[in-house]
Amino acid sequence: MNFANAFTPEKLQEAWAMFLSDFPQALWDTVYVTFLATFFAIVIGLPLGMILVAGDAKGIRPLPKPLMKFLNVVINLLRSIPFLILIVMVIPLTRLIIGTSVGTVASIVPLVVAAFPFVARLVESSLREVNPNIIETAQSMGATPMQIMLHVLLPESVPSLINNFTLAITTIMGYTAMSGAIGGGGLGKIAITVGYQRYKYAVLYLAVIVLVILVQILQSFGTWLSRKCDKRLKH
Amino acid sequence: MIELRNLSKSFSTSGGPVDALKHVNLTINNGDIYGIIGMSGAGKSTLVRCINLLERPSEGSVLVDGKDLGMMNKKELRAVRRRVTMIFQGFNLLMQRTCLKNVMLPLRLAGVSKKEAEERAMKLLETVGLPDKANAYPAQLSGGQQQRVAIARALSTDPDVLLCDEATSALDPKTTHAILELIRDINAKMGITVIIITHQMSVVQEICSRVAILEHGTVVEEGDVAEVFANPKAQATQNLVYPEMAQGNISPAPGGQLVRLVFNGANTVQEPLLARMAMEKGIAASVHTASVRAVGEKTYGYMLLEIPGGPDELAAAVKYLKATPNVNVQVEVTYAADVKEEQA
Repeated sequence: MNFANAFTPEKLQEAWAMFLSDFPQALWDTVYVTFLATFFAIVIGLPLGMILVAGDAKGIRPLPKPLMKFLNVVINLLRSIPFLILIVMVIPLTRLIIGTSVGTVASIVPLVVAAFPFVARLVESSLREVNPNIIETAQSMGATPMQIMLHVLLPESVPSLINNFTLAITTIMGYTAMSGAIGGGGLGKIAITVGYQRYKYAVLYLAVIVLVILVQILQSFGTWLSRKCDKRLKH
Repeated sequence: MIELRNLSKSFSTSGGPVDALKHVNLTINNGDIYGIIGMSGAGKSTLVRCINLLERPSEGSVLVDGKDLGMMNKKELRAVRRRVTMIFQGFNLLMQRTCLKNVMLPLRLAGVSKKEAEERAMKLLETVGLPDKANAYPAQLSGGQQQRVAIARALSTDPDVLLCDEATSALDPKTTHAILELIRDINAKMGITVIIITHQMSVVQEICSRVAILEHGTVVEEGDVAEVFANPKAQATQNLVYPEMAQGNISPAPGGQLVRLVFNGANTVQEPLLARMAMEKGIAASVHTASVRAVGEKTYGYMLLEIPGGPDELAAAVKYLKATPNVNVQVEVTYAADVKEEQA
């Protein structure tokens, strides 16, 4: 890398021109891929996390041990595959769902596959934070396991879930950069294909700055929302 | 009526099986305020959890109105749990819900409509004296207020039995008294049977009609509170009734006789009882040990008095104390017999 003449006035001007022409679309791609992937990761990961907690041997609705073992192994397995390799591995699945394995929309599939086990673990840890005495109290009221989950565990862990979902969305946003490898659009793609491969470092840095700002905004909003929802804090 | 028949519970721990309860037999009549007292580790919490089958007994049976809970399916058991509700030491309110929603919860779980549940919850918050806290969150309330909300919640499904698991142990004496008053009120007005688990003798003294003393998972003594207090038989009971005795640092002077006064909500705050006895009868009782506290106008606790002189003075003192107007005290000659034996 030669940074010496990467930030000359001409280069900066070129980067700025690109910022105005290509960045709006890239920003939009990053944002919608991130949100859609997070949404589907939660749709799969939330119930899975609930099963992990409820189905535990000491949970509110113990499930067969082999089943729990299987779920845990699958989650750990998916979480240990490097994302770049996972993208390639799920190509058949991506084709099946989207019809093609390249492009921005297609990049959502590997993102969801990579993120839902992560989300499941986050949900699991949030639900485990709930005071076990409160679960016992609900049982003493004659609540069914499903009622305990829906009326006690989930509502009581809302602030923690919001925090963890914020963590998930910012992590997924980081992953979107890699989906440029299969033709997915977005800020990450610009940073790699234009900034790195065509030596336009000013563009690379600009893309990174925009990504940093996005993460900051998401994190601040998540933290704010979590605090606002938490009734344990005296307002 | 609740009957515990030959109830045993053992837990398997890493250090081998632990017997938390051993062959417990108890009968609790409708409308009673029944105390179960014991030191920590005596098995009280396990016992109370067996009454609504939060813990399944390893042996024996729990009968509520003649029906064996162990024979019930999950659905029937859930129905029983709406009739036998529970409050806890830690209040266990849902922290992310308002007080009103907390009280509504058991009703909503039972499938009562939102509107109906809301009306009933409001009424119950009034019963426990917190109608203005309906929209407050538990974190904004004091411990005593949180326990009141928990009581309202426990009453929402119109239960027959209220189980109190160390419900006042996290509260200061004044708040404890207020909560006990509320429980007494509920017992009197709604006819709900109350079972109180505690390690505090003062709680049993203040509110219970009957008491069982639990030690190492076994009921060592059971009976009317006044009787058990007057004449504690088991060692564990004596330790609870006279903690100072248990430490072995009380013995009357030669010829002295001990009389125990039990203040069970007596109106003695304004009454110089002992001073008056000294002036009117010439009996100068000395206070050997006392654990007495005044709550409002009323006194709770006990006093161990040493009466100088012989049996005549003792009889006179007992007669005087028993006859004192406006003062409701129980007087028991506790150690006179022992002293006489020593003299003989």
